[in-house]
This record gives sequence, C-alpha cells and structure tokens, in this order.
Amino acid sequence: MEEFDLIVIGGGPGGYVCAIRAAQLGLKAACVESRGALGGTCLNVGCIPSKSLLNLSENYKKAKKDFNNQGIEISNVKLNIDKMMSNKNKSVQVLTKGIEFLFKKNKVTYIKGKGVLFSKQDVVVYNNNEKKNYKTKNIVIATGSYPTSIPGIDIDEKDIVSSTGALSLGSVPKSLTVIGGGYIGLEMGSVWSRLGSEVTVVEYLDHITPGMDREVSNEFQKILKKQGIKFKLNTKVTSVKKKSSQIEVECQDKISNEKHLINTEKVLVAVGRRPYTEGLNLSKIGVKKDNQGRIEVNNKLQTSIKNIYAIGDVIRGPMLAHKAEEEGIAVAEILAGQAGHVNYDIIPGVIYTSPEVATVGKTEEQLKTQNVSYKVGKFPFLANSRAKVNNETEGFVKILADKNTDKVLGVHIIGPHCGDMIAEMALAMEFGASSEDIARTCHAHPTHTEAIKEAALAVDKRPIHF
Amino acid sequence: MSNKILVPALGESITEATVSKWLKTKGDKVSSDEPLVELETDKVNVEVPAPSNGVLETISAKEGETVNVGAILGTLSQSKASNEDTQTKKDEEIIKDYKPPKKKDKIVKKKVEKIQKLSDEPMKLLDDEISNGETTAEPLVLTDELTKLTPESTKNISPSARKLATESNLNINNIEGSGKNGLILKEDVMALMGVKPKPSERKITYGPEERIRMTRLRMTIAKRLKEAQENAAMLTTFNEVDMSEVISMRNEYKNEFKNQYSVKLGFMSFFVKASIIGLKNFPAVNSEIQGDEIVYKNYYNVSIAVGTDKGLVVPVIKNSDEMSFADIEKKIGELGQKARDGKITIEDLQGGTFTITNGGIYGSMLSTPILNPPQSAVLGMHNIIERPTNVDGEVKIRPIMYLALSYDHRIIDGKEAVSFLKIVKESLEQPKRLFLNL
Repeated sequence: MEEFDLIVIGGGPGGYVCAIRAAQLGLKAACVESRGALGGTCLNVGCIPSKSLLNLSENYKKAKKDFNNQGIEISNVKLNIDKMMSNKNKSVQVLTKGIEFLFKKNKVTYIKGKGVLFSKQDVVVYNNNEKKNYKTKNIVIATGSYPTSIPGIDIDEKDIVSSTGALSLGSVPKSLTVIGGGYIGLEMGSVWSRLGSEVTVVEYLDHITPGMDREVSNEFQKILKKQGIKFKLNTKVTSVKKKSSQIEVECQDKISNEKHLINTEKVLVAVGRRPYTEGLNLSKIGVKKDNQGRIEVNNKLQTSIKNIYAIGDVIRGPMLAHKAEEEGIAVAEILAGQAGHVNYDIIPGVIYTSPEVATVGKTEEQLKTQNVSYKVGKFPFLANSRAKVNNETEGFVKILADKNTDKVLGVHIIGPHCGDMIAEMALAMEFGASSEDIARTCHAHPTHTEAIKEAALAVDKRPIHF
Repeated sequence: MSNKILVPALGESITEATVSKWLKTKGDKVSSDEPLVELETDKVNVEVPAPSNGVLETISAKEGETVNVGAILGTLSQSKASNEDTQTKKDEEIIKDYKPPKKKDKIVKKKVEKIQKLSDEPMKLLDDEISNGETTAEPLVLTDELTKLTPESTKNISPSARKLATESNLNINNIEGSGKNGLILKEDVMALMGVKPKPSERKITYGPEERIRMTRLRMTIAKRLKEAQENAAMLTTFNEVDMSEVISMRNEYKNEFKNQYSVKLGFMSFFVKASIIGLKNFPAVNSEIQGDEIVYKNYYNVSIAVGTDKGLVVPVIKNSDEMSFADIEKKIGELGQKARDGKITIEDLQGGTFTITNGGIYGSMLSTPILNPPQSAVLGMHNIIERPTNVDGEVKIRPIMYLALSYDHRIIDGKEAVSFLKIVKESLEQPKRLFLNL
C-alpha cells in the first residue's frame, strides 16, 4: 500500500495548491479528485469559465453598441454562441491540463476518484467500481462547496439552472430571472444581459451584494440598472413553476406582502453555496461540523482530529479561491514544520462585472458597528484622465483610514480594472500603510491607479484633481 | 529556576555537532528525558533529552548552527509548568468563538448522520446535508468571526517578517522596526537573528539537476573512504565458496534454532565465525598501523556494514569470538534495526577490528570493498548463484558465492591474505570445522 505524508481530498484551488506546496517542501503528497479534471469549481464551473464569458460578452457588447460611436464602423456584428462556448471550454481545458503538468513537475501523485476517510490515516478512493486504499500521515479536506437552492425549486440545469448551467446555455434566452443578488448572480446576469437577454434580479434583502460596503453596493446597482438589468429588492420567491413555453416565478414583496408573477424563459438560482462534505465519512472519524455544515477548524486549520486539516469552502470564511489557496499554503507549511499564517483581515474580493467591483478590509458599516473612528477619502473615475479617454468613467475609489493613526482599514473600489488595482491596496495594508503612505507613493500617469492616490489624498481633504 | 540544556559528550574524536532540528518549540511543556533537539555529528544523529520536567524557556542554538560539546543549547524553566494548558485553552476558546454569521430564515435541520459503512459497493451520498434553509448569497467581505483569528498586535509587521519571527519564536513586541512608522521589516528580523534564513524554496526533485547539501554523515563517509584509498596500499583477492553445506545445515536446523533463540539463523553468523578462525590464524589481518608500529589485537570486534536510507553505517559486534551463533544473529538484528531507525549511538560504531560487508543482498556478483580505517582488511560477501562447478571430476550445479578480501598490503602479505580467504572458504564449505576451531 502506498503511504503518503499528506493526502489532499479535492483538487480545487485550495487542494492543488496545498499539494504542490507540500511537495515543494519535501513531503510526499497526493491529491484526490473525483471530477475527472483538476481545478475544482473555480476552474471548471466557476471563476474561469465565467471570466471567459464576461470578457467575450463585454467585447460583443462594445462591438455592437460602442464601436460605431467611437469611429470604428462595423456592421453585421453577429453572435455565434457555440463558438463562444467552445472558446470558453478550450480555456478551461488548457488550464486544467496545466495543473496536471504542475503536479508532474512537482512530483505530486494525482489520484482520480472519490476519496473517503476510512480512518485517521487511511483514505479509500473509489473510481468507478475500483477501490484502492492509501495510508497517510495527514489528511487535508478541500472538497469545496456546491450551489444551493431554495425549498421548492428544483434545479434541472436546463431551464432552471445554477451557476453551472448558466455557464453553458445553448442559446441566448429571451428573458432570464436571477434569484439572488450576490456576485454570482450579477456576473452571470451581466453576461446574458449583454448577449441580449432581458435580465431581472430578485433579491430578498433591500440591497444587492450583501456584506459589501453599502455606498459601493448602491452605486453598483445604479450602474447595472443603467445597463438594462432590472431589480426586485425586498422580494421573496415563493414558487417557481415550469409551464409549457415558459417559467412562472411567483414573488412576494416583503413590505407590502403583495404577490406578483414573473414570466421568464430561464431561471438562474444563485442564492449561495454549501460546504460539500457528503460521503467523506466525517462523522464516523469524528471530524466535527458546525450548525451550518462547515467543518470546524482551529487557527492552525486543524479539525477536531489532529492530523486532519480542512481548508477553503468547507470551513468558515468567504468562499473564495484565493482564500482557499492561502489556507492551502499555510497548511503545507505547518506540516513541514514552518509557521503558516493566513491574514484573514486582508483578503480581497472582486466582482468581475463591467465596471468591476473590488474590496479589501473593513466596510464603513463594519467600522461603525465596531465603534472605530475613521476618515473617508473618495475619488471618482470621472476625474481620472485614463478612465476619461477610455470612456469608462463610472465608479469611484473609497479609502477608509483610522482617524487617529491614519492606517488604512479598508478600500472599496467600483470602476475599470479595479480587480487588478485592489492588489496594490492589499499589499499596502499588509505593510500597515497609512493613507498618506499611499498618497506619497508615486503613481504612473496616466493610469487608473492615480484614482487610488487621489482617494488617499482625499482622506485628508486635499485631492489635486477633484 | 532554570536548567541548562547542554550538548552532551558525543564520543571519542567528536567535538562538535550541528543542530539539525528542534523537536520542541519555545514555551512547550516537556517532561524529563523527553527528546528536545536533534544533533547531527560526523557519525550519528543524537537526540538530546530534557534534563528535567519544565518548560522550554530559551533556544540559544538555532537549527543549522554548529555547537561544541558542552555548549548551551537552551534553557528549561521549572516554574511555569502550566504554560501549555493555557495555550490549549486559548485554542479552544478560539474555536468556541466562531459564531455563525447571522443569516436570515435559516432552517438548517440537523439530521443524525448515517454512518457510511465502507464496502465494495459504490459510494452513496450521505443525506445529512441535503436539507437546506433559505440562504442569501455569501458576503464578499469577511464576516466578523474571522477577524479574531488574527492576533492583535500594536506593532506593524510585514508578511515575510511575521513568518520569520513566528518560526524563530521571537516576540514581535520586542522587535524594533526600521520601516515607515516603525514597521518591522524582513531585514529587521534577519538582523536580530544574525543569520540569513534558508529560503523556503522547492525541494522536490525536478529538472536536469538539483543541489542538496551533503549531510554530515555523507561527508564523513566520503572523507573516510577517500582517506582509506589514499593511505593504504589496498588490493583485493578473490575466491569462491560452495555454499551447499551451509545451506543444508541451515535448512536442517532453522526451525529448531528459531524456536530456541527466537531469531533466524542467517548466513552472517557463519561468515563471522569463519572470519574469526581466519583472523586467529593470521593476526596481521586483525591488526592496524599506528605511526611506526603495528598493533596486533587479541580481541575480535567484527564490524558489519548496514545500508540505511541516509547512508552506510558500520556498527560493531564486540568480542564476537566469544559469542554463540544465536548471540551473533541477535546482535546483528538489533544493530541493523537501530541503524535503520537512525538510533545508532557512537558507542555502537567504535572499536571494530575487521569488517564484513554483504553486497549480495543487493545482488552484487563481485566487488572490491574499500577498507574501514584504521582496520586493515574487509571481507566482501556476494550473491549466491547456482553455477556449474567441478565436483570430483564431474560437472555439478552448486550454489556458489564469490568472496573478496580487500587488504592493506603494507602490513598484510599476499600469502596471508590469500590463506585467510582460503580458510574462510574451507570453513564455510565444511561448516563442521567451525565447531572444532580448525
């Protein structure tokens, strides 16, 4: 029987990164994946394919609506959805194969099949009808999450789809109703809206993107509305019924209690994701879960069983690929006898719509509830030269800094390319930068990042260009 | 009250060691005799045990540092024995503090988890998680539960410096930061440690070549083997031995032997015994050169070469001439296990007068072993192969092993060496001679 120092169950961004880092540190590592392709939700049915569609649909929209006004005259812009999808699939395939190559390069053993914990040190892998046993000193559970639904709505991935089905619709639906105003719903809603669907977003709360800085969230909703997406906030979906030619979504206004119907061709259910721990045999081994089905871990990412660790979507914290990766690295380094650390205060979050939304650190609402006195610096992209020449002037940069120490506590941006720009802010915050540090750091001209510098200047009420 | 942890005496000719690994970290509670730190010497790895119960207070010799015998490795305090308890309590508190984020309309039903019986049937999904409450899309920003995970410190510290400081057990609050606003930089921690930490780079074997620093054991092996080749006038003589008799004797008595002594009757004890007869007949083979003198030894300590995954070690069976077959087999088993576990002590390695090495277990047909200085001869065993051979004028198939004796021609003449090997051969071909000391 083959014996490993570490078996990672799940080959998503948390799991594969953990396995590679462990191998780099001289541990004998294996990674078990049942999907048939590495990369997990992120690469196969999440971040990557959605970004492909977001990019392609944005280009299509620009070619169709903007180019003629900008002196690039084209006619007969036609959409070939099959080609677009195969383009997306190709990107996904290349990237998943890339991880297999990285495994070979780093001498990580790739075990195909479904991993089950047999004991604290035995992992059984089922592949079709074959069963194989592996011994291991440590186990990392990185099995991720899966999309959930609301009671009474059955996802068939054809007409009523989750994010997975929304990534591979065969044609552009006339209308699409998105249940849930989180980032998945808004990204996929944007894609199909740009390609020609009439998109309606139904959200239970009174605002979209829960947990995000409210000022950004409100601006975001305004911009999406201008792009043609309809919003029904404070609205509860009570039933979804399939009729012969369309789907009837019954909603109830939470304030007036009035019921109304939305007739739609397709429904996207994007109400959240749940930790995926089924069939791992956790309860028998004694790995404890909390009341939300998440595996409990301590600050070393250890579960209730010492040599079993858990990372990523199956534990507490935001369900983000890069958060899982950081945890994967931390576990690998802890197992190699080093210090492993994830700075949960500084994990950026990005929504890849157009414009993008990016955020790191505390929101204004959080600072208020925590009674932290703070200063705000804001700068609109309207006053940024680069955004102006690119005709992408929507959005702003908002920096929150401690009133006494000037230390940056949170940065929230809505605007062009801010998904990339947020990295600068995360780095600054890792080094405990003050807003003045950012303001006194030379930023190249003309770039979008100047908006960050100006927002930092605005914290002390001295922006130059606004 | 604190106890010093000192580098112990490591045996003759060893004055220094490298700290290879601290098995405990600062603040760990340890009990007396529990291993604290691993030292690597020219010959073996030594674990230094705790001199008393207590808490590891300071670590003065970092990993990778070279220390002399008697130097202070660290200190153990005896007063704060409850340190660990509070630490684990803290950890538990952190777990308890994870409050689930407040989500609306949560109807998570707890179902008793069905314990999945592992069988050859394909897995069925557990249904404990299927029931869902209505959930809102997960927040992009962090829920407050996580912020408690980052320990509060008034000091700003860069990510790399934080890792370095944690691994070196440095208290962040005592470090002077040289960056903007007193930010602690990587260079500040490095300056404090006085050493450049090894980069946390890839160790995996990939690419056309890789560079790994030799362990002290490997360096010692290299140095000693080269020394042997340079100093001795080394040459090798060969012979072959028909193993039929030894094999049949072993087959005949192996069960009885095993029952009586709880150890397997191997070939090695025969070779040790046969060698001792040879050594007694030719004292030069059991001698060594010291300056201008030859030291003939009237004791017979046979070294046995043992391959381990870290390299070759050669433990000694002392006074093997006075031992029975069973004693020899037991001792070999014991030393071999110790060597493979890396637990061999300096004492186990010292005082050999003659060496036997068995390349046969790896399938070697013939080799020329290198001397184990300061010894003057080494016997090489090889694999046993059925070969056609002349038995009383007829060609017969017999189990044959080639023997090799490498010797230092400065003090052993060809006649002695060849005769020694001939005696070994004859003793093994007629093992009865072993019992008559012929």
